[in-house]
Amino acid sequence: MKDLIPKFDYELVVTGPWTTDFDMYGWMMLMGFLVTLSCGLAGNFLIWRRMALVGDAISHSILPGLVIAFLALAAVVPHDADGEHSAEFMMRWRTPAMFVGAVAAALVTVVIIEVIHKWTRVKQDAAIGISFTSLFAIGVLLINRFASNIHLDQECVLYGELEYVPLEPMLSLGGTNIGPLPLVRMALVTVIVIVLLLLFYKELLVTSFDPNLAYSIGVNPSVVHYGLMMTLAVVIVSAFESVGAILVIGMLILPGATAALISQRLEVCLWLTVLHAALSAVLGIHLSLWLNSNSAAAMVIVGTALFVMAWAFHGLQKFVLLRRAVRSDADGPEDSIPNAA
Amino acid sequence: MSDGSSESPLEIHDLTVSYHKKPVLWGIDLCVPKGKLVGIVGPNGAGKSTLIKAAMGLMPLNSGWVKVFGKPVKKNLRRVGYVPQRESVDWDFPVSVMDVVLMGRYGHLGLVKRPGKTDRDKARECLDKVKMLPYANRQISNLSGGQQQRVFLARALAQESDLYFMDEPFVGVDAATETAIVDLLKELKERGKTILVVHHDLPTAKEYFDMLLMLNMRVVAFGETNEVFTSELLQKTYGGRLTILSEVAEAVGKQQ
Repeated sequence: MKDLIPKFDYELVVTGPWTTDFDMYGWMMLMGFLVTLSCGLAGNFLIWRRMALVGDAISHSILPGLVIAFLALAAVVPHDADGEHSAEFMMRWRTPAMFVGAVAAALVTVVIIEVIHKWTRVKQDAAIGISFTSLFAIGVLLINRFASNIHLDQECVLYGELEYVPLEPMLSLGGTNIGPLPLVRMALVTVIVIVLLLLFYKELLVTSFDPNLAYSIGVNPSVVHYGLMMTLAVVIVSAFESVGAILVIGMLILPGATAALISQRLEVCLWLTVLHAALSAVLGIHLSLWLNSNSAAAMVIVGTALFVMAWAFHGLQKFVLLRRAVRSDADGPEDSIPNAA
Repeated sequence: MSDGSSESPLEIHDLTVSYHKKPVLWGIDLCVPKGKLVGIVGPNGAGKSTLIKAAMGLMPLNSGWVKVFGKPVKKNLRRVGYVPQRESVDWDFPVSVMDVVLMGRYGHLGLVKRPGKTDRDKARECLDKVKMLPYANRQISNLSGGQQQRVFLARALAQESDLYFMDEPFVGVDAATETAIVDLLKELKERGKTILVVHHDLPTAKEYFDMLLMLNMRVVAFGETNEVFTSELLQKTYGGRLTILSEVAEAVGKQQ
């Protein structure tokens, strides 16, 4: 039994991350929060559009996008005799190329799903299964074939490396350190997601609830759909470096699903997503320190625990409402349909 | 707008629509006069819902065109209001009654803008018309079928359109709501609006509508209700469907 439950070192697990080791864990918590927040905000809409699995699909099918982007980059790198110039070129264009490749792959996935769904009798869930696994397989073949040109850590693709975030080069502006580069990028993506959400809330709402009405009032549902998918691709590609292609799915779905159990208002759900993201990031770090485990996985576990707690809360709420309804029934119905006089 | 009152609210020419390569509507020609309450009747699979969806541009057309107040429907969507079938949306969606009615205002707002006070006032006014104002802050999943239909009607009113398409608004509603809808339709008509309603109940179709469009893949008949509601045309519309035929006989019997 003693071997099963790890030793609980209060200083290491509880106070450490906020004091002596804050330099390291502060960045990790912030990164975890930003990843879960941007994923969770987009995820709320995925859930209500019944497209939760599309997030799964995109997170896998960006693999060939990344590989092709790297190969294309390697092909256009200017060749110098000493090779110094090309390394600098690689460094500068690596991230933009990765983003373009990932977004393109995401769009291809979404288009393939649509085409299969529309032109054959195959239903959407099967179409999702076909498109992303095929694309993922192409990615694997490309890696096998051209492995020498590609530096992709497969472990990182699967589990992510949140632990490396504090070790990345710092971005400094005018002499002051802002933060590790991936974190700054993630913060930027989060801000973009929030701004898009505020700007197009109305369009997202109406296309999610009633696409036919949306079309009839001049809001084209497919434009909104592709916009959401592109945003999702950007979010996933910036998140997956730190949390991996599998755990990112949990971060897409868990906050929205948890919120949906607690509230029946989308605005409230979005605020609950912020809370869920903060709690899973902070508690996840503590849990990973206690278990000495991968931090992203620990964050997802905390997110799941929050989901289960919300479920219990929901059950309790129903029970209380039912009791109240029974009591008010004794006083007479308070809720009859108003008559059309 | 300079379209003038002479232009037909809805003009359809040679419309053909297919679904999964099977034709659903064939060579539909239609010209609806202004200020009429039109019932669309026909058997299951006659293409009633498809017709209004195609008319609004929600489905790709194989041939033909649709004009709304003399312009292609895409250019005049603002003048079209829509009440979809109640089951076409997820009523567990996390929005309130007010939120749904406000969606009717979105067409007037343009991109990025959020609904303001005037839109809220308008939405409240429309909710009041369908006697749903006390429910404005309710979550939509807590509504009965009739109440859901009233919310959809309020949303259509908030659209302030001139031509309305309603897809089976009378399905699964209580008697009170049915009367409320009929009153509302009459009021809209008196204000010069044109309304097309997909309807499945023949006896009441005769009572509710000025004109009937009898549809069975093609237009079987289109005209004033008292002229086209004959057993001959109804049989032609419903074909050899026995269960329907007895209903038809009963309906025609009532008329005489």
